[in-house]
Amino acid sequence: MSAVAGRTATAPIVPMLIKQSYAEFIKLFRVPAFSVTSIVLPSMFYAFIGLGQAQQRLAPGLNVTFGEYFLASMALYGVANVMVLGFGISLANERGQKQDLLMQSTPLPAPVFFVAKALSALAIALMSLVVLSLLATFAGGVHLAASQWATLFGRAMLCSIPFIGLGFALGYIASPNSAPAVTNLIYLPTAFASGLFFPLRLLPSFLQHLAPYLPLYRGAQLVWDSVGAPTEGGSVSSDWFYMAAYTVAFFVLALWAYRRDQGRKFN
Amino acid sequence: MGHPVAELLNASKRYGQVQALQDVSLTIDAGEVVAMLGPNGAGKTTSISLMLGIRKPTSGTAQLFGLNPRDLRARSRIGVMLQESGVPGMLTVEEIVDLFCSYYPAPLPVSEAIAMAGLQEKAKTLIKDLSGGQRQRLYLALAVCGNPDVLFLDEPTVGMDIEGRRRFLEEIGELAARGRTVILTTHYLEEADQLARRIIVIDRGRIIADATPAAIKGRVAGKRVTFSSAQPLSENQLAGLPLNSQDIADLRVRLLTNEPETVLRELFRRGVDIHDLEVSGADLEEAFVAMTQHGAVT
Repeated sequence: MSAVAGRTATAPIVPMLIKQSYAEFIKLFRVPAFSVTSIVLPSMFYAFIGLGQAQQRLAPGLNVTFGEYFLASMALYGVANVMVLGFGISLANERGQKQDLLMQSTPLPAPVFFVAKALSALAIALMSLVVLSLLATFAGGVHLAASQWATLFGRAMLCSIPFIGLGFALGYIASPNSAPAVTNLIYLPTAFASGLFFPLRLLPSFLQHLAPYLPLYRGAQLVWDSVGAPTEGGSVSSDWFYMAAYTVAFFVLALWAYRRDQGRKFN
Repeated sequence: MGHPVAELLNASKRYGQVQALQDVSLTIDAGEVVAMLGPNGAGKTTSISLMLGIRKPTSGTAQLFGLNPRDLRARSRIGVMLQESGVPGMLTVEEIVDLFCSYYPAPLPVSEAIAMAGLQEKAKTLIKDLSGGQRQRLYLALAVCGNPDVLFLDEPTVGMDIEGRRRFLEEIGELAARGRTVILTTHYLEEADQLARRIIVIDRGRIIADATPAAIKGRVAGKRVTFSSAQPLSENQLAGLPLNSQDIADLRVRLLTNEPETVLRELFRRGVDIHDLEVSGADLEEAFVAMTQHGAVT
């Protein structure tokens, strides 16, 4: 193309990604309905359920307190919550406002858009982890070794990745009006059924049988293990295997939902 | 004229049962200012969508700078204002213009893009707090911030007040004077008349005229006769007159005719009580109405 000669054909990707990520972050952060519930809700549950019995041992003879165990539960609940609700509801809203129409006419590459969204959600997930950890440390008297903190943060963040795919898929499947209901309807019961709020043995038996197949259950084993709490459902490596499989499955679902939406609007 | 910037070649577009565009071919060269006119649903937005790659033609081809319109190299050289597209409400004007600047290889300074849209005082305002007209001007800032060679403007002045529209048209006129290619669709014929040096009239998915505004006006031989009648005019009173078109709104009557003298003589003879009589040359609107036969479009 002779007409293109003499000027750079497209803008550099890295500055674009940085600005896009920052914009996605403040877009999420400035919506209190999202940022407050994402960052504060896990801590609130921790305050209500965890603080009162934080120093009690999880079970006789175990060297893990309920405060540590429930810190891990809420850490996972919080990060996955950001992904499912953050992606799901914000994407559905943006589609409803036809923001995708304008973006479609700009030279912003679609992968940059999605990576920026994922990074911004990861940043908010990390903030929810930090707030929760401060509460657990200072109000709950939780003491973990540095390596345990690192493992807990690392595993919680890694476990949030499949839920990026799930939130993304829901964002393209749900309508803007139904997105808050659909995402909560899927996410909250799954969190309960995976034992994040109550031990599984208190749940109906069919849920106890179902739980080992749920991604949050597998994630829960990984974060519980990181604070030294006992796990069930097999080895840690089988938990990683399940999480990896769910990551692939959710991202395939997301890609299908995205293509379906694009095909409807832009073909 | 320079290289072709946007081209449709035998492009057709079908949405389900609706044939939105039927075998349309057009070439827009660098530096042209083109207005696309047509009644609602005529296929203006569809034509623009094909040129932009937002939609794919059912058959035929669309090209931007000789490339697939979805090619990011082509997209990097255009700026776009679309009907009904949304922007994130929780960003400020300055933040979103800065963001959009990062999408383009040689953008304008952020402050310059904001100034071109006349939004300096709103730079720190959240987008959700802008009025409809201000939002439309923000779209202009987003369209020009990449310093594009070609501007696509789909119904750009909808929602603007008179002053906003005047400013906006001046801005577009200046961009065109500096060699930018401008492709706009509009409902306002005077906008097309004022800005464009080429008018493409689309009706029912086909191009029915593609010429200068003067040539299009010239297609309509005849004069416009406008007057008010004391009593509502009945169809009978116009029966048999040599009219090209007639439009009666309450007491105001607008006729288009090749023989104004005959028409007036006959109206007086039939005892029609005529006030505020005007006889003038046909304007673009008359030409447009005569071509599309759909009635008024404004």
